[in-house]
Amino acid sequence: MIKCPENELIVIEKGELLSKCMEMKVNGLRFSQACAAFYEGNYELSYSFADDETYEYKTLRLVAGLDEEIPSITQIIPTAVFYENEMAEMYGVKIQMISLDYKNKLYRINEEAPLLPKDAKAKNAEEDAGGKA
Amino acid sequence: MSTFLNFTGTLLKNLVSKPVTKNYPEEPAVYPERMRGRIVIDIDQCISCGLCVRSCPPRCITVDKNEGTWTINRFDCIACGYCASKCPKKCLKLIPGYQKPGRSKAAVTYHKSEEVMEAERKKAAEMAAKKAAALKAAKEKAAAAGAGTAAAKPMPAAGAAPAAKPVAAADAAPAAKTPAAEKSAE
Amino acid sequence: MGNISVVPFGPQHPVLPEPIHLDLVIEDEKVIEAVPSIGFVHRGLESLIAKKDYNEMVYVAERTCGICSFGHGMGYVEAVEKIMNIEIPDRARYLRTIWMELSRMHSHLLWLGLLADAFGYESLFYHCWRIREQVLDMIEESTGGRVIFSVNKVGGVMKDMDAAMLARFSEKLGEVEDQVIAVRKNFLYDKTVQLRLRGVGVLTKQQAHDLGCAGPFGRASGIATDMRTRGYGAYGDLEFEPITSNEGDSFARCQCRIDEILQSIDLIRQAMGMIPDGDLFVPVKGNPNGEYFMRIEQPRGEAVYYVKGSGKPYLNRLRIRTPTFANLPGLCETLKGADYADVPILILTIDPCISCTER
Repeated sequence: MIKCPENELIVIEKGELLSKCMEMKVNGLRFSQACAAFYEGNYELSYSFADDETYEYKTLRLVAGLDEEIPSITQIIPTAVFYENEMAEMYGVKIQMISLDYKNKLYRINEEAPLLPKDAKAKNAEEDAGGKA
Repeated sequence: MSTFLNFTGTLLKNLVSKPVTKNYPEEPAVYPERMRGRIVIDIDQCISCGLCVRSCPPRCITVDKNEGTWTINRFDCIACGYCASKCPKKCLKLIPGYQKPGRSKAAVTYHKSEEVMEAERKKAAEMAAKKAAALKAAKEKAAAAGAGTAAAKPMPAAGAAPAAKPVAAADAAPAAKTPAAEKSAE
Repeated sequence: MGNISVVPFGPQHPVLPEPIHLDLVIEDEKVIEAVPSIGFVHRGLESLIAKKDYNEMVYVAERTCGICSFGHGMGYVEAVEKIMNIEIPDRARYLRTIWMELSRMHSHLLWLGLLADAFGYESLFYHCWRIREQVLDMIEESTGGRVIFSVNKVGGVMKDMDAAMLARFSEKLGEVEDQVIAVRKNFLYDKTVQLRLRGVGVLTKQQAHDLGCAGPFGRASGIATDMRTRGYGAYGDLEFEPITSNEGDSFARCQCRIDEILQSIDLIRQAMGMIPDGDLFVPVKGNPNGEYFMRIEQPRGEAVYYVKGSGKPYLNRLRIRTPTFANLPGLCETLKGADYADVPILILTIDPCISCTER
């Protein structure tokens, strides 16, 4: 049995996303998963990469505002297409230029962004207004 | 060594041997002892604490303390056994054997027996009486103390207690008035 | 240039156990492209975290899938335990491992039956399921459920296997092993099976890596990754090697899975021999605060459980990445260039579990 290294979490900026994904790919890591979460008024996007030999697990963490547009990584990692569609559909993340965009029809749900709390956008708008005033 | 007719031996054996399946409705199904079939309740042991209600993942149980009832919608129950593991009196149990299918979803209500309800009422009345007595004693003590020191303010504990008394009495009253509950529907 | 047409495949199709739809672009008899669409059985289990606390979520997580239910429960529970820094008793670790391997056996036997059905070998299909029935009986006897085990909880397990039961199971496993070895011969050395599976849907190691393939689907292409090697549960104490093949075709996938059944029997035997006495669970206090990516090896491959809590009984996020979700791109790749008649077999060789993909 090998000693399994702990998971690694790398916090990145939006501008770094594509280059970091490229770096992971060049280093020979396998794209394992991507998911979105909603935490304290922001999206937390996680892109995980796994090393098949050392069992390392590296996760890129991108914190983005609700209206921010995120570039798609499908040009670098075509496999991510289902994950990105899922993120867009379940949380309403605005992902730009997905290579195969299902346009919210991956899961065939009528509701828009079902996993995002209903009042999330309104609350954020309120806070913004409060901050400005 | 790839060959044709590799499976023939097994096939022939299967052809002459007894079937592995059971002739079910004629032959009864045998369930293992641990099988999570359906929930049963020993209703007279139940203290109506409501832990099962709060722990049930599909929320299919309801409990009425005053009426002494325990209701389960068996068609929503997923037989996970979490309520049984949470029950403080261990009166919930999973037994082998499936819930019978039905044409529509329906809840089953279990009522506590009249003796248990009577005992509970008695106990509640006793508790209320005890509380009232304790209150009275406290009041008297406070009054005595107040007379002794001639202080205008009553003690905070004595002030809070009388408010609790009528609630307890009101709690016990409707329970006592409840007509003899019909026995469990099953 | 032949005639190009688009043939819809599914969601209702005799070979599909669960609904998935594929738009197959076909030139003459060859598939040139496949566009999958899922979403017929989406249930939104992940959103239930807002309504159920982290203990109740164990039962929800288990019900993600009807075949690999124990693995989902185990993955979720281990992720929560990791966040809460709970060391579960050794006996619980071993019991979880034994149940996990039993569930792998029944899942693979189910798949073998479905594969036999897909290439039209009905009697072999029934035979596989007949073997599987004995595994299900063992599972029911020890946990109380045939497919939904419900024995996991945060902090340990709820049911024990006593020495008599372990001895009985060990004997029964011997019988199952003999039958699996017999059926292995039927699968691997039968000319008809070989004609149907050899060279169909070849995926090279590099392709499998790029497409993020997981589990037996990736291992059949030579990726020697098995999450059990990470040593969660009691796997760290057991001796085993991931089963791989270099051919990457449908036959190799079939071979990998059959050999994994035998490997599972071996692992259960090892675990039974080493299982220590002790408590089944430890008391749990507090609420999960933190996040963790737990990866476990499901019968279908690597499954990822992302749990994030913020010190409240209700979790912030639970995300289950099931192996079929990771294998969908691989499926589309294998379909390219395949004969139309081979499409059902290729869909089956990833061992699709659509309900668990859509959660």
